[in-house]
Amino acid sequence: MKKRLATIALGAVMAAGPAMADLVMPLLSYRTGPYAANGIPFADGMTDYFTLLNERDGGIGGVPVRVLECETGYNTEKGVECYESTKGEGALVYQPLSTGITYQLIPKGTADGVPIHSMGYGRTSAKNGKVFSHIFNYPANYWDGASIAINHILDVNGGDIKGKKIALVYHNSAYGKEPIRTLEELAKIHGYEFSALPVDHPGQEQKSQWLQIRRERPDYVLMWGWGVMNQVAIQEAANIRFPMENFIGIWWSGSENDVLPVGDGAHGYKALALANPGAAYPIYDDLKTHVYDAGKSAGAGDQTGTVLYNRGMYAALLAAEAVKKAQEIHGEADITPAMMRDGMEALSLSEEDMAALGLPDFGPAFTVTCDNHGGGGLGKVQQWDAKAKTWSVITDWIESDKSVIDQLVAEDSAAYASENNIEERCN
Amino acid sequence: MPDQFLFAVEVTLNGLMAGVLYALVALGFVLIFKASGIFNFAQGVMALFAAATLVGIMDGQVPFSHLINSIFGTSVHHFGWHVPALLAILLTILVMVALAWLVQYFVMRHLVNQEPIILFMATIGLAYFLEGFSDLMWGSEIKTLDVGLPQGGSFWIEDLTAGLGSDNFYGFFIDRLDIVATVIAAVLVVALVAFSQYTKQGRAMRAVADDHQAALSVGISLNFIWVLVWSLAGFVALVAGIVWGTKSGVQFSLSLIALKALPVLMLGGFTSIPGAIVGGLIIGVGEKLFEFAIGPLVGGATENWFAYVLALIFLVFRPQGLFGEKIIERV
Repeated sequence: MKKRLATIALGAVMAAGPAMADLVMPLLSYRTGPYAANGIPFADGMTDYFTLLNERDGGIGGVPVRVLECETGYNTEKGVECYESTKGEGALVYQPLSTGITYQLIPKGTADGVPIHSMGYGRTSAKNGKVFSHIFNYPANYWDGASIAINHILDVNGGDIKGKKIALVYHNSAYGKEPIRTLEELAKIHGYEFSALPVDHPGQEQKSQWLQIRRERPDYVLMWGWGVMNQVAIQEAANIRFPMENFIGIWWSGSENDVLPVGDGAHGYKALALANPGAAYPIYDDLKTHVYDAGKSAGAGDQTGTVLYNRGMYAALLAAEAVKKAQEIHGEADITPAMMRDGMEALSLSEEDMAALGLPDFGPAFTVTCDNHGGGGLGKVQQWDAKAKTWSVITDWIESDKSVIDQLVAEDSAAYASENNIEERCN
Repeated sequence: MPDQFLFAVEVTLNGLMAGVLYALVALGFVLIFKASGIFNFAQGVMALFAAATLVGIMDGQVPFSHLINSIFGTSVHHFGWHVPALLAILLTILVMVALAWLVQYFVMRHLVNQEPIILFMATIGLAYFLEGFSDLMWGSEIKTLDVGLPQGGSFWIEDLTAGLGSDNFYGFFIDRLDIVATVIAAVLVVALVAFSQYTKQGRAMRAVADDHQAALSVGISLNFIWVLVWSLAGFVALVAGIVWGTKSGVQFSLSLIALKALPVLMLGGFTSIPGAIVGGLIIGVGEKLFEFAIGPLVGGATENWFAYVLALIFLVFRPQGLFGEKIIERV
């Protein structure tokens, strides 16, 4: 009996103990709750990419990737619990997919020496690597997004938007308020009239905001929304017959989920893009062979090629490329979180690199450095075709206005450094 | 007429319409509370479940397909047919009746004579169960619901009223979906009031509401009445789910519309069907006018909290709500 118990105990210890020689990629997903419809494709894209690397290449540098999925329900407390319960497994990098969770993990990740990657979300000033040693938000951040949207409007108007009225409809939260300061600063430079209209969570009822837009007739409306707020805003814009080509959402307001429920009314709606939508890339042939046809798809396998699936895949690709860089720097295949951080800080992706990875003209070329954890701040504009039910990319990469963004980043990160007694690095 | 006045009228009209939408949700709460004294926390999730079931039936979706596929390694998603909206609505009503029976059989009948707080807790459990069950049965992706309800501003009303103000006034904006919702709500209230006043089951329902034991003593089946009440609440949830689901797509957030019904209930009373409507209208108009007049001065987004403040002000003067039954306890 004692022998049997000892065997069981040993087995349990072996099962519960950290598996050696694998690259642990925690996935803080939300397949349930109010934002599940967005969380599912992102999680599927990320998982499928790592599955592809394991099946096709035997992992990264010969070490298999182990995806450690933890359900957060987009709940900040649960997200922190997920972090605490998985970091001991040797997690290399956390991608919280939530600004709220990211804010909580910034001090924790820094203290624990585990890098955090908030791709296009989170704390914008984390771009400053001199202050945020373990936080990365490449390839672009919210303030880049605001500037890219204004630059697109400038392009459309021949470079002159003086006197134009631009309104921002935003989720009344830390996330939604992020672009306000940038848009106000840009208004001083370009002479447009700026107004901001908050929408309370969850955003199911927006009649007041859209009646105000109908009264004030702004030339352009920008949107920082998430979840049901996006669908309702696009529906209300269609209801008041606001010209859809003048309605531009941030990249978190530009998935198929946001426009499909609105039907034909959403035709012409624009959104920013961190990476291209669609499945017309060579990597999809490999995914089909090694993942889909092999019955190894994540989830229901029905999200292929959607905006958020591609974004999840892109997030996984960026993590995998940072692992390769870390392996190269340290000469070890089985890397630690500290080595991963070094890899992320030395990450550089060119158009040729992306093409070699099976994703030509998919994401921007950018370089991460010690003092720039935010990449190049590039984005495209995509437009919804309601008849074909597809997004079409209508611009090349648009660069944000660094003279404004960098100043704001420096101010905000300096305040954070002062509050937390952080000494600048990279000197 | 001055444009500002016309804008205020437009906001008031839209507030009335929004109030009707809130009242649609509040009605389900009232029905169950009136007949059983239970505050049904699951009412919002029932709206989500009803709407998801309707879309699933219309699209010929295989229920529990993700579960079936992961267990058996199959790839079944759709039956390959499309069910007309009316038939799908009828089938969904049957599903909601079945749900009512299941709730009664597995939960409520075991909790007879328990404290109201216990029953309330049971409905919290039910809400979370139903949330997960709905996702498991129909998936959690956003579904487009199109049962033929119109959407968008009414050109006719806009053209008719455009001349009332200056060039900056473009006529009143009234969403056609809101007009339809108002008609539906009016019909629903008349039908529910007529049912409870003029039918045998309706009278039995009221008898149970007045006194469980007295109703039992004259041969009224408590179980049957509760199934009936939960079925009616399920039907109201379906109507609310159709209207709100048409606006925003059928998705998890539909369950959060219950938050919009709470101030309506506080104001209109938990036991009055007309109270739900009047409460909805007052909340709808109040919050929209406040946002219009005061919102810009305080940074906007006042509607959520103002609705509760308005309800609280009413509560101070009428704790039972505008139409609620006055609580008199004699020593």
